[in-house]
This record gives sequence, structure tokens and C-alpha cells, in this order.
Amino acid sequence: MLTVLGAYSWVNIKFLLEGAWVTILVSVCSIVLSYIFGVILGVTRYVQIKYLSAIVGFVIDIIRNLPLILIIFFTYFGLPHLGFKPDPIWASVIAMAVFEAAMVAEIVRAGIASIPTGQMEGARANGLSYWQALWYIVLPQAIRNMIPAIVSQFISLVKDTSLATIIVLPDLMNHAQIIYGQNTNYTIPMFLALAVMYFIVCYSLSLFSKYLEKRIGGGNKKGKADEVVQDASDA
Amino acid sequence: MISIFQNYGGELLTGLGQTLLCSIIALIFALIIGSAFAIMETMPNKFARVVARVYIEVFRNIPLLVITMFFYVVIPMYIVKISGFASGTVGLTLYSSAFIAETVRSGIQSVDPGQMEGARSTGLSYWQSMRYIILPQAFRYVIPPLGNQFINLVKNSSVLAFVAGFDLMYQANVIASDSLQSMSTYMCVGVLYLILTLPLSYYMRHLEKKLA
Amino acid sequence: MRKILSKVGLVVALLIMVVSLGACSSTSGSKRDVLKDDKQSNTITWGVKADTKLFGLMDVKDNQIKGFEVDLAKAMTKEILGKKGKARFIQVTSQTRMPLLANGNIDAIMATMTITPQRAEQVDFSRSYFDAGQAILVKDGSPIKNVRDLNRKGAVVLGVVGSNSVQNIKKFAPKARVLQLSDYSQALTALKSGQGDALTTDNGILYGMSIENPGYSVVGGTFTKEPYGIATAKGQRPFHNAINHALTKVENSGEYNKLIYKWFHNVKGFDMKGAER
Repeated sequence: MLTVLGAYSWVNIKFLLEGAWVTILVSVCSIVLSYIFGVILGVTRYVQIKYLSAIVGFVIDIIRNLPLILIIFFTYFGLPHLGFKPDPIWASVIAMAVFEAAMVAEIVRAGIASIPTGQMEGARANGLSYWQALWYIVLPQAIRNMIPAIVSQFISLVKDTSLATIIVLPDLMNHAQIIYGQNTNYTIPMFLALAVMYFIVCYSLSLFSKYLEKRIGGGNKKGKADEVVQDASDA
Repeated sequence: MISIFQNYGGELLTGLGQTLLCSIIALIFALIIGSAFAIMETMPNKFARVVARVYIEVFRNIPLLVITMFFYVVIPMYIVKISGFASGTVGLTLYSSAFIAETVRSGIQSVDPGQMEGARSTGLSYWQSMRYIILPQAFRYVIPPLGNQFINLVKNSSVLAFVAGFDLMYQANVIASDSLQSMSTYMCVGVLYLILTLPLSYYMRHLEKKLA
Repeated sequence: MRKILSKVGLVVALLIMVVSLGACSSTSGSKRDVLKDDKQSNTITWGVKADTKLFGLMDVKDNQIKGFEVDLAKAMTKEILGKKGKARFIQVTSQTRMPLLANGNIDAIMATMTITPQRAEQVDFSRSYFDAGQAILVKDGSPIKNVRDLNRKGAVVLGVVGSNSVQNIKKFAPKARVLQLSDYSQALTALKSGQGDALTTDNGILYGMSIENPGYSVVGGTFTKEPYGIATAKGQRPFHNAINHALTKVENSGEYNKLIYKWFHNVKGFDMKGAER
């Protein structure tokens, strides 16, 4: 019994927290980057600019349909060919940002498409240009609808950072593996700690999503639009 | 890149097979388990709803890798030996079932409540209404998102690489190290994954347009 | 029609990727002069293991990697760059070390890496700095006594992706099934969970494991010779020579023997006299 409690010694907890810090760091950086690029890409996809949209569409489709582990490998081993030499932390951030941006782009595209065309027509009829209508009328409504799907995607992001242990990212999963790798008795306590810590972070995010929905979302009653948007996410 | 296909064709084929096998098994069981919990979530019984909610929240908020490693490392240590492939498949099933439960639940709830009222008023019991009226309609809403879930399943099956599950991603690592050509190997494997997922993805998009 | 265009576009995109990446891999790394850069920055970046007791193991208490190879690398850095030279350590696994060296993320690999002809085509090796041999680790009381006992249908051997141990074991126990895990920590955990009958890698690494895990022992002696070498990227003659010179100096000064004593003097079954230089 005492050895099991030893798993939760201050040294170990500190080591786990250092890992958790890396997990959060990578997650936050990726979330910010992927949100910005995702919206840009999603709008590009929707707007149907002659060749750009098609190419962007292909690239998004390819990235969305590959396993994240593969993209992590491509980034860590492939990026140096282009001159950058990322360490595991930045390689993970870039890989996840790229992957999640593609996912967010699809959500954004579906979200904009789900806004009734009447909105666009009404805006144009009032004299707004296409881009003004998009930016001031359609997009804000679309983003309100997309919040649950986007936050759900970000929760997936936090969980998926655990995959980067394959390139020795010193995150929560990696540190827990190191601890129980060096002492078998600590295995179950470490898994418990892992489950609890990831659960706390992810569940808080989902509660935050529900809060956001109440505050900002709404306007549309729950219906086809939300489902279409929800379909595009969730992994 | 061609040389990788030539020299390691056997391993790549094995990997492809294991990936498909894992994905299909996980899909079938995740569908069954997920639907069961989805129904539990919409039942009038409060206890059932709570149990379902707990299960779904637990498996939606813990990484797939943690669940898989639990079955690979902890269960064999104390209960019964599970192979890498099995632990990956079980982990994938449980993880995906939580997401499928949510999808099926929203499908059930999309069916107009009038349907249930109408069914009950013609004398059908709760279970009969569910079975003959509600669920068949729910599944029409549920097919496109399920298609997306299957694509996610195929991608997530790559977690088998961490537990020597002999799937496509595992083979990629082994071949990359054996041939000392990382990028070529990963690109070959990327193409193979795309062959599995891309057609499905386009078909799903096509289906969505049809059903919309 | 749109579907056909989609497929054509996909093939074109893939072809562009393949061609450009193919062009890249042939020119990467050769422009840099590692020795010059390191002298300028006063830092040598070493790729070391962090999951291997005795050679390179992450110490949970202070987040530092500690081991024979880490100490040897520090000593050699001082020889190459002078007393104020800094050694920087990047954690590698058997799987990640070669690509990282090829990319220039690390200057040299000192990570229990055996010199083999196949690898020597892709990297330059220093002369050997440690003579290990491949062996197997089993749970105490296991019926497996040597590598030949593993050569039967149904036997499962655990190894690590990228180590040449997994290639060798196929020669010595072709009937066994080989599972390749991502690093030694994972492989040992798998052994402890009963996922395999034995773990195979170099005896030094296995001794480290058996020290930490009293219920497991190295059995059967070594069945190959595994000379460890420091790997540097091709085309880095000056750095490669500097490494060999530094190794000689460290051996001659007695520092090498001090490190061997420090790390291996209480390892059961380790041939101390044979390892000293």
C-alpha cells in the first residue's frame, strides 16, 4: 500500500505537472494557430475563388484524411528539409496546428454553408458588397453556430497531444510513462493520474463550451444546421 | 518510393489488412455499444441516463492512447493477457462508442416528438415505438456522421503502432527504420491511408448532399 | 466530371510532393560545417537515450539525463571545445536518431548505436567506444535459457524499432515472433506485462534493466558483437576526426576508465577488466 502511495510523491507529482505544462503549452499554441488558419482556409473553401479554392480544398482533404501520427512524423522528419529544425515541442505544435486547421476549415465551411442564403441576399440587397456581407453578417452568425463543434475539436486536440510521445515530446503522457517505466508498482497510480488529469482539462473545456453556447450562441433553434456542423468534427 | 512498395509489399499488405480488420471490428462493436448507451440516455429512467452520461463523458475526455495503453500494460499485468492488436481494438471500440453514442442520441432526438406521441397513442409501448417508429427514422439522420466516424476510426487505428499491433502505422515505423528511408516510407504509407479514407470521405460528402 | 478532375488533381499534388521531397533529401545537410558551427556556438548537440539505465536515463527528480554516454559526451566536448565547451543533449530513440542526425537537429549520435555496414552507408562512425554484445532478458524462472530456446513457433520476442537487435534476432530465432516497441522503456513495460517471453537488445542495456527490476535476469550470454560507435553525418570529415581524437584523448587520460568504473563497477556479470582501456 505504501509503495502505491509513493507513486504520488512530490517528486513524481512535480514531474507529472511539468509534463502537463508541456501538454497545455502545445495545446494552446496549436489551438490559436489552427483557429486563425482554419477560419481563413474555411472561408477560402466556401467562397469558391477559381483555382485557389480547389487547391486549398485538396490540401485540406488530404490532411484531414491522414492519421495525426503520420503528420507528426512528416513534420518532425520532413520540416528540416525546408530549413527549419524544430524541436519536439515546436514540431508537435506545427503538426497539430496543420491538422486541426484542416479540421476547423471544414467546420467553418459547413458552418457558413448552413446559414440560410436569405441572410446573404438581404445583406446584398441593402447595398453591402459580397465581402462586407460575408464578414459582418454571415460569418458572425456562422461562428456562433460553430462554437460547440470547434471547442469539441479543441478537446480532441488536447487529447491528441498524447500521440506526440512517439517523437519524445516531454508531455504528460510521456512523463507518466517514464515514471511507471522505472517502477512497476506505480503503473496503476500513474494511469489513474493520467485519466484524472486529462479528464479535468477536457471536461472543463466542454463545460466552457456549454457556457459559451448559452452566452453567445443561440438565435437558431437546434436543428439541421447544428447537426451538419457537428458532423464535420468529433474524433 | 517505388522501391519501398517493391521491397516491403508483404509488410505493407499485412499492415493494411490489420488496419482494416481493427477498424471494422471496432466500428461494429462501437455501433452496438454506442447505440445502447444512446438509448439509455434518452430513457425516462433517471439512473440509466446518469450511467450513460458518466460512461460517455469518461471515454470522451480521456485520450485514446491512455485507454489503449491501459489495456496493453495494466490488464495483462493483473488480469488476463491481451495482445497488442486486441488492446488497440478494444481501446478504439470503447473510445469511439462514446462519440457514436452522442451521434445516435442526436439522431434520436432529431426525430419529431410527435412521432413518439403518435406511436404511443396508437397503443404501442415505449419499446415498440422505439423499435418500429423512432429508431428507423433516427438512423437516416445518423448515416452521414457515422461515415465520418468510420473515417476517424481508420485514422485512430494508427494507435496500434504504439502497441506493436502490426497495423499500417506500425509497419511504417518498422520499414522506415529497416530501410533507413523515413520520408519515402511515410509517404508510401500516407498514400495507402488516403486510398482507404479519401474515397469514403468523398462518398460521405456526396451522401450528405443527397440526404440534405 | 468533377470527381475525375479531383482524382487527377490529387495525383498531380502527390507527384509534386514526391519530386520536391526527393530533391530535398539529396541536398540536405551537406552545406553545413558542423565543427565550425559548434566552435562558433561553443556547443555540441548530442543525441542520447533517456530510457536506458547506465547509458542515458531520465532522472525524474531533476529532469536531467544521466548515464555513461552522457558523461563521455561531456568529457569529449571539453576535449573538442575546451574547458568552457557546452554539451547539449537531445533525447532520441532508436527510431528517431538517424533522421535527426540527417536533418542536422543533432551533431552526433551517442545512443547505444551499434556500428553496422548498412548504417555505415548512411552515416560515419567513430571507432568503437564500448563493446557490447546482444543478449536476452527474461523473467526469473522462465524456461528460456538462451537465444536458441526462443527459436520455436509461439515464442514472442520484444525489441525496439530501429535497433539492429531486431534484425539480428530474426537470424538467431527465425521462428519467433518479434514485436517492436517504440523505446526501451515501453519494451520493458511490455515484458513485465507478459506481452513477450524475452526482451532482446545489447547486454549493457539489459544489465541496467535487471538492476532496476530484480525479478528479471540476463541469460545465455551474448550471441553477437555490438561495438558502439558515435555517428556523425556524412560529409563532416573535420568533425568526424575531432570526435576520434577526443575519444583517444579521453581514453589516454584515464577519464574513460573512471567513467567505466563509475557506471559499471557493481553490475553483476560485467567484465570490468575487458572494458577498461
